[in-house]
Order: sequence, then C-alpha cells, then structure tokens
Amino acid sequence: MNQMEVFTLFLFNIVVYNIPLLYGTVGEIIIEKSGSLNLGVEGIMAVGAIFGYLIGCSANSLTVGILASFLCAGLFGIIFAVLTVTMQANQNVTGLTMTTFGVGLFFFIGKGLSGSWPMMTAYSNINDGFKNALEIPLLSKIPIVGKAFFSHNILVYLGIVIAIAVWFYLNKTKTGLRLRAVGENPGAADSLGINITLYKYVHIILGSGIMGIGGYYMGLNLGGSFEGSNCWINGYGWIAVALVIFANWSTAKAILGTLVFGFFNTLQIYSGPLANAFPDSLGFLAKIPPQLYQALPFIITALVLIFASVNKKKKMAQPAALGLNYFREER
Amino acid sequence: MAAEYAIELRNINKSFGSVAANKNINLKVRQGEILALLGENGSGKTTLMNMLSGIYKPDSGEILVDGNAVSINSPEDAKKLGIGMVHQHFKLVDIFSAADNIWLGAEQKEDSSAKTKLSKVFLRKDRFSEIEKTAEQFGFQIDAKKLVKNMAVSEKQTLEIIKVLYYGAKTIILDEPTAVLTVQEIEKLFEILRKMKAQGHSIIIISHKLNEVLDISDRVAILRKGEYIGTVNTSETDELQLTELMMGKKADLNIRRSKIEKKQPLLEIRDLTVKNDEGAVAIDHVNFYVRGGEMLGVAGIAGCGQKELCEAMAGLRKIESGMMIHEGESIVGLPPQKIIEKGISMSFIPEDRLGMGLAPSLSITDNMILKKYKQNRFNPFIDRKTAKKDAQEIIKELEVVTPSTEIPVRRLSGGNVQKVLLGREIKAKPNVLITAYPVRGLDIHSSYTIYNILDDLKQKGVGILFVGEDLDVLMALCDKIMVLCHGRVMGVVHANKTTKEQLGLMMTGALDLTAAEGKAVGIAKDSNIKEDVQ
Repeated sequence: MNQMEVFTLFLFNIVVYNIPLLYGTVGEIIIEKSGSLNLGVEGIMAVGAIFGYLIGCSANSLTVGILASFLCAGLFGIIFAVLTVTMQANQNVTGLTMTTFGVGLFFFIGKGLSGSWPMMTAYSNINDGFKNALEIPLLSKIPIVGKAFFSHNILVYLGIVIAIAVWFYLNKTKTGLRLRAVGENPGAADSLGINITLYKYVHIILGSGIMGIGGYYMGLNLGGSFEGSNCWINGYGWIAVALVIFANWSTAKAILGTLVFGFFNTLQIYSGPLANAFPDSLGFLAKIPPQLYQALPFIITALVLIFASVNKKKKMAQPAALGLNYFREER
Repeated sequence: MAAEYAIELRNINKSFGSVAANKNINLKVRQGEILALLGENGSGKTTLMNMLSGIYKPDSGEILVDGNAVSINSPEDAKKLGIGMVHQHFKLVDIFSAADNIWLGAEQKEDSSAKTKLSKVFLRKDRFSEIEKTAEQFGFQIDAKKLVKNMAVSEKQTLEIIKVLYYGAKTIILDEPTAVLTVQEIEKLFEILRKMKAQGHSIIIISHKLNEVLDISDRVAILRKGEYIGTVNTSETDELQLTELMMGKKADLNIRRSKIEKKQPLLEIRDLTVKNDEGAVAIDHVNFYVRGGEMLGVAGIAGCGQKELCEAMAGLRKIESGMMIHEGESIVGLPPQKIIEKGISMSFIPEDRLGMGLAPSLSITDNMILKKYKQNRFNPFIDRKTAKKDAQEIIKELEVVTPSTEIPVRRLSGGNVQKVLLGREIKAKPNVLITAYPVRGLDIHSSYTIYNILDDLKQKGVGILFVGEDLDVLMALCDKIMVLCHGRVMGVVHANKTTKEQLGLMMTGALDLTAAEGKAVGIAKDSNIKEDVQ
C-alpha cells in the first residue's frame, strides 16, 4: 500500500468503526432533551446488538436486523421509562441498572447460544474494506476523501441521516419545540396542556431504539465472537454519554464529535500501518504502547466531562430540568 | 352573556394528606369584574386557583363555568374552558423566545389551506411577526424574538398575560402578580388589568397586600385557614375590616419604629465591589455604614446585588476590592466563623425559603447547634441541652407553631421556618444583624411579629441592615433606606421624608441621588460618602 492508500484507509476506518458512537449519542440526545438522563446507553446498545444480530442473522437480512435491534432496544428502554417517569425512580441509579442489566442479558443470551449461531451470508461483515460499499455518485470519485467518506455501508449513511433528521425535528418542528420545553421546564409545558408522560415515553423509546441500531452495527463488526469477557459494546455507550456533552446537545455537532473521538479510537488499531507508511513523520506512533491507545478515548471522555463541569457557567445547551422527575402536584 | 357568573365554585374540598387546604369553599366570579382573593399564608388561595387551572383536582365539589358544570382534570381542560392562570413562578421556558413560548401551547385555527397544514408540523419563520401582531391587537408591544432569560420580571409577566390572552382566556387568574414589581410597574399592570376588564374579561387576583386590593378590585373574597369567609364590595370596605376578616381578629396595622439615640457606625462598607456567580459585577463600588441602634433598609428590584452584598459581609463571597470595617477592624478575608464571633449575624431568606441558613431535615434543636458547635473547643461532644433550651425559648418568644423542638424544620410552615432562622441569629446576640427578606411570603400576623422583634433589637443598640421588597414596610420600619440599582447605590434617604414614587424611580435607575449637588430635603448625608465618616 502506498502512503495515500494507507491514509485513505485510516480515514475510512475512523468512520466505519465509530458510527455506533453517533447512534448512541443521537439516541441519548433525544432522551436528554425530554429531561431524562439515561446512563444506560451501554446496556441498551448491548441489547440492540445481541437481538439485532440474532434475529438479523436468522432471517439473513440486514433490514430485519436493523428493525429487530430498534424494536428490542426500544422495548428495553420502556423499563427506564416506567421506572423513572411513572414510578419516579432516581434516574442515575435506574440508568446504571439498565447498563448492568443490558450487558448481563447480552452475556446470558450470547454465552448460552455461542457455537450454535446462525450465519448471515447476505451481508457477512460490515467492515469488509470497500467491498460492501454503496458509493455515492460523483462525491466518491474525489481523491483520498471520496473513498474515505462517501463509500460506505448503508448503516453509516443511515446514522448520518438520522442525526440530521433529529436535528431538524428538534429545532424546526412544533413537536420538537414542545419536547425541548418538556426538558427545560416541565411545569411550564404541563400548564400548556402538553402531555409530559407521553412525550417522555415516546422519546425514551425512540432514543433507545436508535441506540439499539448502533449496538447492532457493532455486532456486525464483531458478531459471533464471545472470547474474553468484553461486551461487543466495549464502553462505546459511556463515550456516547460524554459525546452528548461534547456536542453540546446538538445532533448535528454529534457527527463532528463522532469523527473527533473516532480519530483517537482508530489510532489504537491503526497506529502500526500509519507508522509504517509514514516512517519519517509518524514513526513514533508505533513506539507508543498500545495500552495507551486503548485508554485514549476514555481519557478524552474524562477530560470532556471535567471541562464541561468547570465550564458550566458558559452558555451550555443542557436541558434545565435534566435528571429531575416531574410530578404535577408536588408542593 | 348568558350566565351572570363566569366562574362558580360550589363546596370545593381539597386535602393534602391529613391537611385540609380547602374546606367547603363557595366562590362566585361575575362576568367582567376584578375579584381579589385575599387571605393569609396557608389560607388556601393558591390551592383553590390551582384547581381552577387544572393543576390539582378537587376531592369533592362542583365547578361551573358560564353556568355549566364542568370537570377540570388537566391544564388543557382549563385552557379549553377559557381559564388562564399567570402563576407566581412564571411558567416560561427560559431559553425560548417570547414567540416560541406562546407557540408551545397554541392550537392551530381550523383551516384546511396547505400553509396551515404545514404549520401544524413545522415552525414557521413568520411566527415572530404574527405573535407581535396579535399582541398589538391586545394592546401590547413586545419583541417576539427576545429570549425569556434576557427579560426583566415585568416583561415576563406581560408575556404570561399575552400568552393566556392568545389562548383565548376569558377568565384570567393572577397569583400574587405584584410581589416582584416596582411601584411604577404595578401601576402599569393595573392599567392593563383595567383595560382587560373593559374588554369583558373576568379577573381573579390573589394578593395579601391590602392597599393594592382596594385599589384594583371590584369585590374582595376572603379565605381564612382554608375556609371561605365571605365576599365584600371593595367600595364598601377598608383596610381594617379586611384585616379583621382575614385574620379573624382586630389588628393594629401600624409598624412600630422606635426613635433612639444613634451610636457610632458599627459596620462601614467602603468602595465594595463583588462579583456574582457568573463573574459579572454584582456590587459596584458601594459605600454605606450601619450605626448602632439604627435600621438601614435596602431597597431594589430583585437580583440587583442584594444577595451578593449579604454574602460578602458574612464572609461567604470573595470581594474584588474595597473595605469592610467592623468597629475599627477590617473583616475582609475573614472566614465566616470569625465574622460570626465578632458579632455580625446574617439571615438571608431566599426565594425557596429553605436554601440558606437552615438544614431542612434537621430538627430545630440540631439547627441551633449548627452555629454553635465550635463554642467549646475542648469538648468533642454536642451540647444538646443548651441547644434545646435555646430552641424552646425561640418557640416561646417568637410564637413558632410546632409540635416539638425535635421535628425536622422542613415540616414547619414557611413562616415558622423563618422565625426559627431569625430566632437563632438573635440568640447569637449580634451587634450587627443583616437580614434579607425576613418576611418574604409571610402573612400579616407573622410579619408584624418579626417587625417587632427587629425593633426590639434596635432598641438594644444593634445595627440592622434590612433588605426588603415591600416599600411600605421599608418606609415604616427603617430609619434610612438605601436604594440599589444594578449593584450601584442610587442614594440613601430618610425613610420618613421619602415617597414610594421617589424610591421607585431610584430602583429603576431613573433617579441617582449620589450625583445630586448640595443638601436636598430627605436625602441622608450617607448618599455621597467621600471623606471619612468618623
């Protein structure tokens, strides 16, 4: 491979490996805009991953897989809605429970069935170089970037379309305006006759479903393998929670945020080839211990969270009622 | 109009747990009248109105709107019946523009044109001009693009009124609308209300300020301890009768102000500059002093630096520059504990009443200990006996209503919580007492108890800084009044030589006495401290 090809492949991998982050972030933004802080992203993605993969493979269809992961994760999200909206449970604790439960369910089903997995032949591996790519006419012909950004599998495009659609929904529609009012000041929204419970339920389910597709995507990358004790989601859910803050609760900025985090994420897999292809300038990449690369996204996550809490006074788009349960007759 | 009464309530009951908030209330509101709903704290005014606006559901009873029995199960039902409520704490989304706040709850007019169909889903760009146009029809000028968080309190209130009018409210309920306004703004609000009345709206206004009730209303309905006492025509009543109806006994409405010989300045503030949490200047080069046996009132619109000033003097907030001198010694940079030991006490009653000074889930006794735990350094154990004695004394002297000294403070009513806080500060035997909003939200009886306690302290030679909201009270209780506007001192006036109008102008910054030349009547010489005042 020449230098340019290595570089293109690096950019390509930033996108292809990290789109699940975008799904997780967009889903979480929808839920947080309704005023609910859901820390269960990791668990919900795990549920979407295992069911999406299983059902999708059984039907040997990508579409069925996407739908299954969306529905199963959405159903799983109902647990969070019932506990926090109807029963007024603490959102942080419920979210953490969702993560534990979701990841547990993932291993319960995964370890139980491993060995007897169905195989999907129609779309074997989403990460298969440029083979499965849907090329966008004209744009994909641009040198270097064309192959890197405009020649991907359908799930990459779907994620970006969802992110942009959600941005439009939140900012340009009346339902979106009402949803933001629910997250900002539920008392005000309630006094105007907006059904708080309905809005919260619908958007928790919708957001969870979108996270689920992200999980399914990761399943397609790593599907069928249960070696070691790592869940397929591998901490992406937690990075998504931080990305919400990094993107300042904007799904459009989340696309950019995904690429920035993806850059650090991809370095760990790709430091070797990059170092070899650019021996003069990037040679040092290979000398850095791989453990550091693995830790890098999480270090950045921690830094983002620190920065966000120090920077609280500045203009932040965090919904004012985030994390607070609403009870109309509270005195 | 068909029915004589716009709203009729029959035998309404509502309980929270074992506490009956409303007992068998009957209330009638005529078409096109302004009805004032008067009552002390906890008399059930807001609860009753919240049932009309769909926030609470009555346990039993009937509600009639325009003569028809209705059931109001949610705010949406109330909206459909033409009942709109302007809550005491505004129901506005801070980060939205004025127009979006109205659009949130707007129903689309029945119209099948393609444009209307689209606007059911999407936010149109011309929504701003449409809202401005509608507001103009009601007689208001607003900037529809302005964000609520950038609005002054009176602007927010206007927006709330436009909002309920836009939704087609016929009956408008206002919950203590004047509590946060200046004199001039109150006049403007009353003009608006009179105009709405002329247009045929029925208005219910909740208040416990008698002079305002007499000024604006046609009839006054009185509640006492959850029960309906009666309705009187405003033209046939006066303050004394209303107070009697409200409290169930005769009351003296004069605030006591003792004249005593003033001493040397106890606390001097020079050139003080303090920043707020956002890093903006909250107190801007402020000069004043408090003498022993003198009560200095501080007037100003909410959020003009009162909180930051109090916190700075109590050692809770870092000061940017300036001096704070207590009996000849600087207290700048001292920790709060040292400042308390010097005899400077601060009690600040925030809007939610519980946020500062008391730990809500601790008992009265434990809250006494909070400020005293360091008194005996060599004893590691808590001295509960003395604290309990203090608590009992406060309960007796200040007439705190509580079953015992050991129940959590948060279970007391607002007025009693405030008495406990003030009582503890007095028990510390301060020589300077800083008290902010001590009667915030209190009814007449409790307020007068507190005024008298403060006056007693003054007689003992304590210097008092009284940060207040009600100008009538400031003028009757304090010796001098200092007016703050956006963190700057607009001047200090003698309380018995000023007028509400003058204070109002100073509060909005229209009148700055510090710049005045020579010695004008009523202006205290503290207005323009330049040289040493020793």
